[in-house]
Amino acid sequence: MSILVFVEQRDGRVRSVSREALGQATALAAAFGGPVVGVCCAAADPGLAALGEAGAEQVLFAQHEAFASYDGAGYAAAVAAAIAAVKPKVVLFAGSSMGRDLAPRVAAKVDAGLATDCTALVVDGGKLVATRPVYAGKALQKVSFPGALALVTLRPKAFAAPEAQPGKSAAVSALAFTWDASAPRAKVAAVVGASGGKVDLTEAEAIVAGGRGMKGPEHFAMLEELAGVLGASVGASRAVVDAGWRGHGDQVGQTGKTVSPKLYVAVGISGAIQHLAGMSSSRCIVAINKDPEAPIFKVADYGIVGDLFEVVPALTAAIKQLH
Amino acid sequence: MLQVVCIKQVPDTETRVKVAGDGRTLDPTGVTWVMNPFDEFAVEGALQVKEKAGAGEVVVISLGGAGVQTTLRNSLAMGADRAIHLKNDTAAPDSLAVAKALAAAIRELNPQLVWLGKSASDDDAAQVGPMLSELLGLPCVTVAASFALEGTVAKVEREIEGGREQIEVPLPAVITCDKGLNQPRYPSLKGIMAAKKKTIEERAIDLGAAHVELVALELPPARAAGRIVGEGAAAVPELVRALREDAKVI
Repeated sequence: MSILVFVEQRDGRVRSVSREALGQATALAAAFGGPVVGVCCAAADPGLAALGEAGAEQVLFAQHEAFASYDGAGYAAAVAAAIAAVKPKVVLFAGSSMGRDLAPRVAAKVDAGLATDCTALVVDGGKLVATRPVYAGKALQKVSFPGALALVTLRPKAFAAPEAQPGKSAAVSALAFTWDASAPRAKVAAVVGASGGKVDLTEAEAIVAGGRGMKGPEHFAMLEELAGVLGASVGASRAVVDAGWRGHGDQVGQTGKTVSPKLYVAVGISGAIQHLAGMSSSRCIVAINKDPEAPIFKVADYGIVGDLFEVVPALTAAIKQLH
Repeated sequence: MLQVVCIKQVPDTETRVKVAGDGRTLDPTGVTWVMNPFDEFAVEGALQVKEKAGAGEVVVISLGGAGVQTTLRNSLAMGADRAIHLKNDTAAPDSLAVAKALAAAIRELNPQLVWLGKSASDDDAAQVGPMLSELLGLPCVTVAASFALEGTVAKVEREIEGGREQIEVPLPAVITCDKGLNQPRYPSLKGIMAAKKKTIEERAIDLGAAHVELVALELPPARAAGRIVGEGAAAVPELVRALREDAKVI
């Protein structure tokens, strides 16, 4: 039984989260004994043959001029057509902003179960079991699929991208699908700040986050500088976002983003339960806080008790020296 | 114009999760139930559209056990006109089954806008909104961070990785709301009094077969205890060494 992977492209480039999905698809394909097939929606081929290096044997290319930008309804029609053509056992999507929008539409179209934001997949006695954090990571839910087809979105950064197999190429073929682009639909009029912009928190390798201890929005420049030398993105606690010091997109926690970077540096964050829920699956957590009793130290691998206004500049300087 | 808001009752975000005896769902003992925080933005979004238009009706719908009526009543106190309670006691029902039940109730209302939160803060599934759009055959924008109605077209922005999509969507449409879309109002005393007279229509529903089966609910493995590296800026060299040599993350 084959494994189908939705291959996400933006601005003519396949996104790295789709390589993570192809890597996981290869592991599932070994268990279910079938090939890995990709499906990509685009206005022009973003170099799909090269996905052979990431494990795809075949890629179905759904071409439409309207697919220069994301179109939920159109993409869903194409992926549903790919499912009808390939009859896969599992369809994997990246749990990106696109995948989170698209996968539920496809699930409704093909009437199949969907598990979103999964962090582990195992095949147990021929049955797929998906693990997904719920309550923003306070608990893990394990689910299986009673139907013949299972849809899954994968949390970015939870699965490693596969080792490239240089020189391997995927067979690319056109996918036939029907979609009425003249029907009323949501159209992307413009994308602002998408290229060369900061890496989103959900896909960041490292995050430097500030809390109420930062004392004001002007001090976040200090965190931006630390983030700069670490190659990190800047996040914030709910208190900081609610105070208007940072934008809503920066919030980490149960009513913000759930993140799993390699390195999470919590600066002046006490560690309310709803914040801890959103970041405690990070690989390595560093906490800098003046209160030695702050709950953040209970989840931190390394802590420094002290004045963040002294510690952060010293840390930035020390990391600069490494380079 | 008629608008529908789908709301879900969830445990308060301060809840400490305990697993129920069935090993698959949350132990509800001692849990404080509230409106899903993202749904508050949905209710507020609908109320603002109605107030700008100067007319219209906002219908709130929730699926769940008897307890959800408190949350429905709360949205009526915020200013919604009437409520429909789809009664079903299934613990943690699967999203597609819920979307089908909601779609059946919504279809007959023929709304111009259907509002939901971008996800529910309990199961974090983020599925019902886009599923509804397919089932109802309506265009949809998920995770809306801003919303402006111009005639019969809504201009909506949503955050994507590293930027924002600016989207134009003709009504009728489904919108799911991100934090920051607006500032949800608190019910006024007058609103709370008025809500007591508003109708909550109860309908018993059958969810049908599940598309996803719960196998287990588990607490995540506890993180191994970390260590305090030291105090103040003097501890920085040891921290950098540990991050580089022990954790190998820089």
